[in-house]
Order: sequence, then C-alpha cells, then structure tokens
Amino acid sequence: MEVFVQQLINGLTLGSIYGLIAIGYTMVFGIIGMVNFAHGDVFMLSAFIALIFFMLISAWLGAGLIVLSLIFVLILAMFFTSLWNWTIERVAYRPLRGSFRLAPLISAIGMSIFLTNFVQVVQGPRNKPIPPMLNQSILLIDSSTYPVSISYKQIAIIVTTVVLLAAFWYLVQKTPLGRAQRACEQDRKMASLLGIDVDRTISITFVMGAALAAVAGVMYLVLYGVVNFADGFTPGVKAFTAAVLGGIGSLPGAVLGGLLIGLIEVMWSAYFTIDYKDVAAFCILAVVLVFMPSGILGRPEVEKV
Amino acid sequence: MAGVASNPAKRQADMMTALKEAAFAALVTFGLCIPIIAWGTRQNLDNQLVLDPRWDAVAWAVAIVFVGRFLMALRQQKRGEGKSIVRLLPHGTVGFFQRHSRIFSLFGLGFLLTFPLIAINLAGWGGALKWIDNFGVQILIYVMLGWGLNIVVGLAGLLDLGYVAFYAVGAYSYALLAKNFGLSFWVLLPLAGILAAFWGIILGFPVLRLRGDYLAIVTLAFGEIIRLVLINWTDFSNGYAGISGIPRPTFFGIPFTAADNGFAAVFGLEFSPLYRTIFLYYVILCLALLTAYVSLRLRRLPVGRAWEALREDEIACRSLGINTTNTKLTAFSLGAMFGGFAGSFFAARQGFISPESFVFMESAVVLAIVVLGGMGSLWGCAIAAIAMIGGTELLRELDWLKQIFGPDFDPTKYRMLIFGFAMVVIMIWKPRGLISTREPTAFLKEKKAISADMVQEGHG
Repeated sequence: MEVFVQQLINGLTLGSIYGLIAIGYTMVFGIIGMVNFAHGDVFMLSAFIALIFFMLISAWLGAGLIVLSLIFVLILAMFFTSLWNWTIERVAYRPLRGSFRLAPLISAIGMSIFLTNFVQVVQGPRNKPIPPMLNQSILLIDSSTYPVSISYKQIAIIVTTVVLLAAFWYLVQKTPLGRAQRACEQDRKMASLLGIDVDRTISITFVMGAALAAVAGVMYLVLYGVVNFADGFTPGVKAFTAAVLGGIGSLPGAVLGGLLIGLIEVMWSAYFTIDYKDVAAFCILAVVLVFMPSGILGRPEVEKV
Repeated sequence: MAGVASNPAKRQADMMTALKEAAFAALVTFGLCIPIIAWGTRQNLDNQLVLDPRWDAVAWAVAIVFVGRFLMALRQQKRGEGKSIVRLLPHGTVGFFQRHSRIFSLFGLGFLLTFPLIAINLAGWGGALKWIDNFGVQILIYVMLGWGLNIVVGLAGLLDLGYVAFYAVGAYSYALLAKNFGLSFWVLLPLAGILAAFWGIILGFPVLRLRGDYLAIVTLAFGEIIRLVLINWTDFSNGYAGISGIPRPTFFGIPFTAADNGFAAVFGLEFSPLYRTIFLYYVILCLALLTAYVSLRLRRLPVGRAWEALREDEIACRSLGINTTNTKLTAFSLGAMFGGFAGSFFAARQGFISPESFVFMESAVVLAIVVLGGMGSLWGCAIAAIAMIGGTELLRELDWLKQIFGPDFDPTKYRMLIFGFAMVVIMIWKPRGLISTREPTAFLKEKKAISADMVQEGHG
C-alpha cells in the first residue's frame, strides 16, 4: 500500500510533464493535422534554455531566493522557447502548407535532427548537471518499512501544472483567440472566409505549445537536475503516446493521457522491471493506435471521399 | 516591364523592404541565440557547470542571417518582376536525363563496375582502401537501403519510420547464426532476408490498416522496441556491448587472410587488405542492383501496379476489389527483406554490431534519402544517397578548414546538423524530391512524363 501511494505521487509528477508536452502535439495535430515531430526536441531545447538562465539568475540573486529565480527562469524559458517554435513554424512548416501530406512530417523530422545536433554542437555532448534544489519533503505516511513522502519539487510541479492548465483552459474556451483556434480546427477554409487570420492563429498555436513545453522543460530540469542533448526523443515519443491515448486533438485527453502514461511507466518500473519501461510505453502506443485509434476522449474520425 | 532599371525610386523602395526584412530576421536570430549560443555550459575541474560567454558567435550568426535574408529578399523581388532568374540547371535538363535514362544507366553501371580500378589508379594501393570502403561500400549500403525502402514508401506509399528494425534483424540473424552455428555468409544472406521479411509480416499485419502518419508512428515504435529489446535482452544479444568477432565473408570458401590458404596465396598475389574490400564492394553492388532490378520488374507485375494504385488512392483500390491489407503486406515484407539483406551484409562487413548502429536516426536517414530523391524514383534515391552520405563523408576530409577556424574545429561535428537542415531546405525547395516527375507504368500508345503537379500521392 505504501509503495503504491508513493508510486502514485511519482507517477502523477512524471505524468504532469508528459501531459504538458502532449498538449503541444495534440493542438498542432488538431489545427493542421500534422505530427510535429520536432516537439520533443523543442522540449529538450527549453530545458537547456532554462539551465542557462537558471545559472545566470541564481548567480545574480544568490542561492537564497531559489523560488524567485525559478519563477524568472520559467517566464524567460517560456518566452524564448516560444520564439524558437514560432521561427520553426515560420521557416520549416508554413511554406509546406497545402503541399502533399508527408512533406511537413519529413520537414519536421529534419527539424528534429537539426535541433538535436544544434544543441549538441553549441552546448557539447555531455550531461549537464545542476546542484539539487528544493530538497525538503513532507512525510505523508510515517511507516517504518516504507515511509511515503512528497517532496517540495513534486508539489511545485503538480501545483504549477494545475494552475497553468486552468489558465490555458480559460484561454482556449473563453477568449476570442481560443474561439478562433477552435474554428480553424474545425474548418480552416471556412474560418478564413469569416475573417480569421489562419496563419496567425496557427502561429499562436505553436507559440502556446512551446510555452507549455518550456514549463515541462523547467520541471524536468528541477526534477532530475540533469539534461542532455538527446533527452528530447524519448519524452517526445511518450508525450505523443499520451496525446494518442487521450484522443489526439482533445486537450483534456492529452492531460489524461499524460497522467496515465506517467502512472503506467512508474508502476511498471516499480512492480515489474525497470529495463523494459520504455518498451511498455511503445507497446501501449502500438496497441492504442491499432485497437483504439480515436483514443479515450477523441472523436472517431470519419473518412470522407 | 517599362523602365525597371530607369526607376530608381522603386529600386530604392525594394532595397528598403529587403533591408527591413533582413533586419527583422536578424533580430529574431538574435533572440534565438540569446540563451543557447551566447552562453556555453562547460564543466570545470570541480565538476561544476560554468558559463562561457560567446557573444562573438552570436554576432556571426546574426550577421550571416542578415546578409542571407537580404540576398534572398532581393532575389525574390527580381523573380516577381519577371527578370532573368539564375537557374542551377538549364531548362529541360531533367527531361533530357529522363529521355536518355537508359544510356545514363549503362554509363553509371560501367562507372560502378570499374570504380575500384579507378580508385586504385588515382589513389594508389594504400589510399584506395579509404575511397572504396568509406565512399563506395558505405554509399552503396545506403543506396540499397534506399531502394529497399523505396518499395514501401515510394511504390506503396506507406510511410515507414522503423525500417532500421529490419536492418537490425538481418544483422543480428547473420551475426548470431554465423557465430553460434558456423554457417557461411552465402547461406545466411537469404536466410537473414527471409527472417526480416517474416518480421515484416508479423509487425505489418496488425498495423497496416492505419493511415499515413499513424502508420509512421507505429513503425517508429516497433523500431524502438526492437532496439530496446536488443539492449536489454543481454543473454540473447549481449546488450550494449554488442557482438564482436563475427566471421567475415569468404571468396566461395577461400578466406581473405594472409595465411597459406588465403585468397592472396591461392591466386598467387601479394597479400593486401584491399582484396576483401573490393570483394565486399562487388557483393554490395550486386545486392543493390538486385534490389533495383526486382523493384523495376515488380512495377510491371499486377502486384506492383496494385501498389502504385494504392499509393494514389486507397479508397478507389478498395472499391475495385483489391485486397489492400495483403497488397500492403507484400510491399512491407519485400522492403523488409531487402533491409535484411543489407543488414547481414553490414554485419559481415563490420565484424562487430551493437544496438548503437540501429538507432532511429538511421531510419530517418534512409527515409530522407527516399523522400529527397523523389519518392518512387530509383535514380533520385541514388543521387540523394550519394549527395547525403557522400557529402557527410566528405566532411571528414576537410582537415584544411582547421587552418582557418583553429585546431578545435571539427567538421564531422556538423555532419548531422547539416543533414537535418538539408532535409528541411530540400523539402521547402522541392517538396516532391529532386526527381519529381514520374515514369508512367501503364500508358496508351506513347509514354509521357507525368509532371510534379499531377503527382498526387499521399492522399489515401
């Protein structure tokens, strides 16, 4: 029981990170019907941006104000990652709109290779560790065999995710911007006839996806304390799995899928074997796509001739 | 067109817009560079991360983008005015090559057959090894992989991101069976192909009813699963450490060693490691040509026609009574078989394999070769493989750049960076690949080239 509760907490933390990345996949897929293959690498890039800003700001503010510097880092990382994703959309995807279906996917794969190697070239191939922070934890169940605790990091991650998701939900559901986005998702041509700037809406979608990926990147850095140029691929694929599991195109689905994937991964490692945890995630992806392509909350796709 | 040159006001305005665009691009680049280029992270002697400011690199990046964007903007304006456009190739070059493709094929074949001789004559016995091995064999492996994947992606229109899985199956089948049972290369080559095709059927059967990008992601997942199993199942594959000491192929029973029964001694030649490389070169050349021949002949068979029809319109195919699952499965397993051949050749050539050789990046490279070459075009694949693999191999030769950029400059570091960038650029420049016109398989009276605008693949 204690093991289960502890793993539940760990799984929810990891799942929040996957869910935040998954939103970027699901929004882009919903609006332009393309798998943004480079999104995992955008996440990795954001972790690097956060790392550099964290070092700059913590040197400037001193180690005492770690929460304040993390908030600064979060805002700066969101801004600069959004700029990157905006540029990527502008350079690599926008010229291919209206081209044949596989062209944007190939371009995204190229962009993914480019980003991974770009970071490797400019920041070096080695792991980048930062000193651990927010190490205190609260003891939840005081058991002599297996004490269950939740660390400040985990609380911070879960709270930030909930707050951001609420803000994000408000943005998509209640503002004109979100309405334009949902309109483009349903029918791009009709939306443009009604005076919505489709290109701008798509750009904003990429910016929003990148901002959430940057939050995930900062959290990843805080949680693990280390980042590497190759760290984008596996979380990217897992977040895509989460998006598919929840039903691609559905925002609550992406979060739900992220939490499920996080829980499954953590439980698998705890109860079975840690070696095959990635295999488990990939198997779920294959099984879901084959037997349940519309996911948990997605709408079934109607094939039009 | 009246007075384009005699209108200085308009030219000045053009110049101003170009400058504005360039300044905007430079500003964005500056923003992009701020955290990630401006400070480099480095571990000092106490294992702590420290930051090195590198504002000179930022300045270079911003300057390059400014100038590049400015020139591009000017070029676009000129194109808009209908002035003479600088073309890389004179008009109709591609058409000329296609009309005479038979002659060029023969010429290319002749060059490939004599390539080792040319290399020996030009670079001598010592230098030829590098050219035949790094350029000849390496490029031909990718040409063969590209042609094998071309059956799946180019002909049947199924996007496969996990092709490297079948390459791995072929390589591990050869390595394990040759090491544990002592079977020879020539027995194991077809066996590896059959095993890979078998895996293609197993993996393909459940997933082939998925469409476009979903299929791509599932095949990616399968490729990763096979790699992760190879890493973790150490009893079977020896994990990360890989398999070494794989038996090398022999010349119909005569090994390429310096011993008395070795190849050189039997034929009364002086021993040289070059003989093995030349032999391997001809083996992979034969395998690649076999792949090309099979895919050319298959296009004439009903199943090949069904593949191409499937690529163009899946719904139409289904309504005409084609069993789409079986048709896709044949393409998938045939492609996998050629991947398996290439894999067993790879294991025999290297003598050592590990899961590191079968990462997703390899799949992406092969797919890039197929797509950039123009899906379905054998010539396109070959040209793309030569450009991409040969180009990145050439980077190893650029030692003289060290004299310009200092001794720390290592051009091979930029290999994959340039590769990824080239993928994006070629997609934007020519979304349908380098050779985008199609040879029609079936035609009435005379063969007409199908222009790129008419090619509508990928909608099914």
